[in-house]
Amino acid sequence: MASFQSYLQQIKSSIVETTVQQVHAERPAVLIDVREKDEYQEGYIPGALWIPRGRLEMNIEEAVPDRDADVVVYCAGGSRSALAARTLGELGYRRVRSMAGGFSAWRRAGFPIEKPFVFTEEQRSRYARHIMLPEVGEAGQARLLRARVLLVGAGGLGSPAGLYLGAAGVGTLGIVDDDVVDASNLQRQVLHNTTRLGMPKVESAERTLTELNPDVRVVRHPVRLVSDNVLDIIRDYDVIVDGADNFQTRYLINDASLAVRKPVVHASVFRFEGQITTFVPYQGPCYRCLYPEPPSAGMAPSCNEAGVLGVLPGVMGVLQATETIKLLLGIGQTLVGRLLLYDALRASIRELRLRRDPGCVVCADPNKPIKLIDYEAFCART
Amino acid sequence: MAQVRIPTPLRRLTHGQEVVQADASTVGELIAVLEQNYPGFKDRLLDEKGQVRRFINIFVGEEDIRYLQALDTPLQQGTEVSIVPAIAGG
Repeated sequence: MASFQSYLQQIKSSIVETTVQQVHAERPAVLIDVREKDEYQEGYIPGALWIPRGRLEMNIEEAVPDRDADVVVYCAGGSRSALAARTLGELGYRRVRSMAGGFSAWRRAGFPIEKPFVFTEEQRSRYARHIMLPEVGEAGQARLLRARVLLVGAGGLGSPAGLYLGAAGVGTLGIVDDDVVDASNLQRQVLHNTTRLGMPKVESAERTLTELNPDVRVVRHPVRLVSDNVLDIIRDYDVIVDGADNFQTRYLINDASLAVRKPVVHASVFRFEGQITTFVPYQGPCYRCLYPEPPSAGMAPSCNEAGVLGVLPGVMGVLQATETIKLLLGIGQTLVGRLLLYDALRASIRELRLRRDPGCVVCADPNKPIKLIDYEAFCART
Repeated sequence: MAQVRIPTPLRRLTHGQEVVQADASTVGELIAVLEQNYPGFKDRLLDEKGQVRRFINIFVGEEDIRYLQALDTPLQQGTEVSIVPAIAGG
């Protein structure tokens, strides 16, 4: 009867081994972690697929359909991965290597590791309907929980966007708003309520969102965005949701987002009509490709007189939340290059094509430095 | 006849109409016809040099006329023309 050691030697001589240095340098197409759950949860190599050795034969075909793929398997020390490599070879995978020394050698070499997100039971049930979607799953939900989204404005658009992003478990929501809750806001700004009149909107928003979902950390920015503070504020976020109520902030966000290369989900409303699109810096058009300059004071519709159907920003803000989640998860088709126009009275949505303007004053040349502009106020704030 | 979609901020000029018809063979001509029927239109759409204002876009079908032939963009029978101004409300 063969001892385990001689059996392992025999296996190892029948497979190909590689080193942690080589794996680190090459970044193989498929890297499979075959350890057990408790080991995996302590950390893994970034980008690795986790298929415990006990499930390898059953799960490999779905995870790696291509039998000519360059596959590296690893375990803790290099023994189980040798056995796994042999099994994969028997299943017809032609380019399989086992990483000698395993995860221990990887960690000793000082190469980067990642820790998986460990869901609590409460989180598992809270996000169950997300996790069961293959497009989201545990990895996607973990990504949302680690994501940072900045809401510019906690008003008509920011309220519904914030509520749904908070409910979805976006872990950090920054909120920029220097206003306080007014009775005339409550017809549409559903983050706030009657007991909070006079309270700073960032504070009211924080209360609502943390009651809705304790996983959400709210970062308050009770300021007005200007050229001096905008870069420092937006720099730390993954996506910016533009729900501002004025042109000067919208142009400032556009220009600053190009400077720090952050995507902006843009929407605006007027009476019964809304517009929404997504700007991804230097990949699609920017706000100035669409509208190069803001209107002059005389040409801009007067904000105070305009009025807006309360539910309209609700519809548009929820579309913004949807776009934001798609951007964070990298799923679906975003609105980059498309402008959706929603007409609430006609109950119609139209789509227009937007192009990146080769002569755009801010985004035509990615190497051109961006000079931020503080435009004069166009109209009284609502 | 082109079908022109009038955005909310300009409907005061069209007495509240959301869609108006106009007989014109180019976008430039269309604006002249609109000005005739609804005085004040041209000033809202074009600057003093006769160019489309920089916070307004005109689309023929799905396409922005800046990427077609600007004001010379031809109009087919029944084409939908959309006037889309920047709006800021949030």
